[in-house]
Amino acid sequence: MTIPELLTHLAFFVFGALTLVGALITVGTRNLLHSALGLVLALVGVAAIYFLLEAEFLAVVQILVYVGAIAVLILFAVMLTRGLMTAGLPAFNGQWIAAAGVALLFFFIFFFIAIGTHWPIKNFQVTTDLTPKIGEQLMTTYVLPFEVASLLLLAALVGAIVIARE
Amino acid sequence: MDFLNNLFTNLYDNVKVLLVDALKSSGLPADAQGVLVALVLAVIVITAILIFAPVTFLALTYLERKLVGRMQNRIGANRVGPFGLLQPIADMIKMFTKEDIIPANADRLVHTLAPIAILIPTVMSFAVVPFGRNMQALDLNVGLLYIVAMGSLGTIAVFMAGFGSSNKFALIGGMRAVAQIISYEIPQVLTLVTILLLTGTMSLQKIIDAQSGWGGWQWYVFAFPVGPIAFIVYFLSALAEVNRTPFDLPEGESEIVAGHMTEYSGMKFGMFYFAEFLNMFIVCMIAATLFLGGWQGPFLPPWVWMLVKTYALVWIAFWFRGTLPRFRIDQLMGFAWKVLVPIALINIFVTTVLLPLYNSLGF
Repeated sequence: MTIPELLTHLAFFVFGALTLVGALITVGTRNLLHSALGLVLALVGVAAIYFLLEAEFLAVVQILVYVGAIAVLILFAVMLTRGLMTAGLPAFNGQWIAAAGVALLFFFIFFFIAIGTHWPIKNFQVTTDLTPKIGEQLMTTYVLPFEVASLLLLAALVGAIVIARE
Repeated sequence: MDFLNNLFTNLYDNVKVLLVDALKSSGLPADAQGVLVALVLAVIVITAILIFAPVTFLALTYLERKLVGRMQNRIGANRVGPFGLLQPIADMIKMFTKEDIIPANADRLVHTLAPIAILIPTVMSFAVVPFGRNMQALDLNVGLLYIVAMGSLGTIAVFMAGFGSSNKFALIGGMRAVAQIISYEIPQVLTLVTILLLTGTMSLQKIIDAQSGWGGWQWYVFAFPVGPIAFIVYFLSALAEVNRTPFDLPEGESEIVAGHMTEYSGMKFGMFYFAEFLNMFIVCMIAATLFLGGWQGPFLPPWVWMLVKTYALVWIAFWFRGTLPRFRIDQLMGFAWKVLVPIALINIFVTTVLLPLYNSLGF
């Protein structure tokens, strides 16, 4: 293993640990605000791993969408919910068996998909800018999902303006 | 002249040559030498940015006091040093020596982490800013989006400060800040789409290169009619995103003390202040890069041009602060959703219609 590879591995483990710590805080703490901030840490860690894999577009979009929008939305929801902010909420409620079942189900689905998939490793480095290619693919091969998503977002935007006008 | 033009790039190259020579005799394996050179050079560049940031901060605080003072028919800071030039140093010493108070009911961890969290994305933004010809720490292919992403990370830190303080004013300030930043991000990103359509790239370096023709008349601010509109919408929404007057409701001192910074004292308050000024500076640098041709210009060295353009925009921001009253919160949100977003959307539409014309003109 050459030294640059070693450094890349080291960085991967650092960011992986960051992600895992964030995930553990998210599910482990009883303070809902800390949970949400732990989620932010995990999402930023994933973005850092994307950067490491030279998927810069994906990394930046990960931060923009997940941290900049969804995490903020979660924080807002926490803040506007009365009574959730007091520290030391009970860790279990009546739905814990169902929740555990669903979580286990998802774990096994992902586990078997990850085990069963053949992950091809190409032995060359991507040097060109991939963002235009992503754009081209969205406009040709994947144009239908792209149009459906943009229609949904446009409807949301127009709806927001209408609500703001009232 | 050539010496001044390439002052920093030559310095960088010379240090690199020195390092390579020094390591050649060390007997380390070749790839270890390469890694070591790269690491040392990275540390040097990062250190340069980390020195540039506080120096800029000091300069900006002094300039703001002096300029706003002049606009309001006052003299401004003039006690410490000649023309009050040492005032920022005195302020810095004061910040560092003040007592650090954490409120009894505050969430200690979140309260302490917030000022650190707000500074990280701010300093990270500098990584992709082109300071001059070949003076960019990292030419990311997605530089434009990276800047926006770093701007949106600051939201979380403001939120942490507002919530971690256990103070009603801090909470209101935090909520206002988050609502405002999210709202103004939309027109900001939509105007960036205009630039994206004109250039077809998100690399800041390539965007500057695309504005090089016609002796300055190819700057995107001159791409009539969409360029000037995009520039104004971008500048206004960016100022709102970094909480500058007249959009500084999150810290409106006449209503909610100091918003999310209410409970902070000493250097923690200083870090918020630091981040705010640097964010404004970065926004002005990006505006200069996207619309005013970046570091390009006649006679002066490129890095001087970059600073001249940036400080001209900073001066406009101070001018706003000196002359305009603060918005009301409902007016603020209305301005984003009812004025800026529709303008930006129409602007994108006009750009796509006129795109063949712009392309034939070489924009």
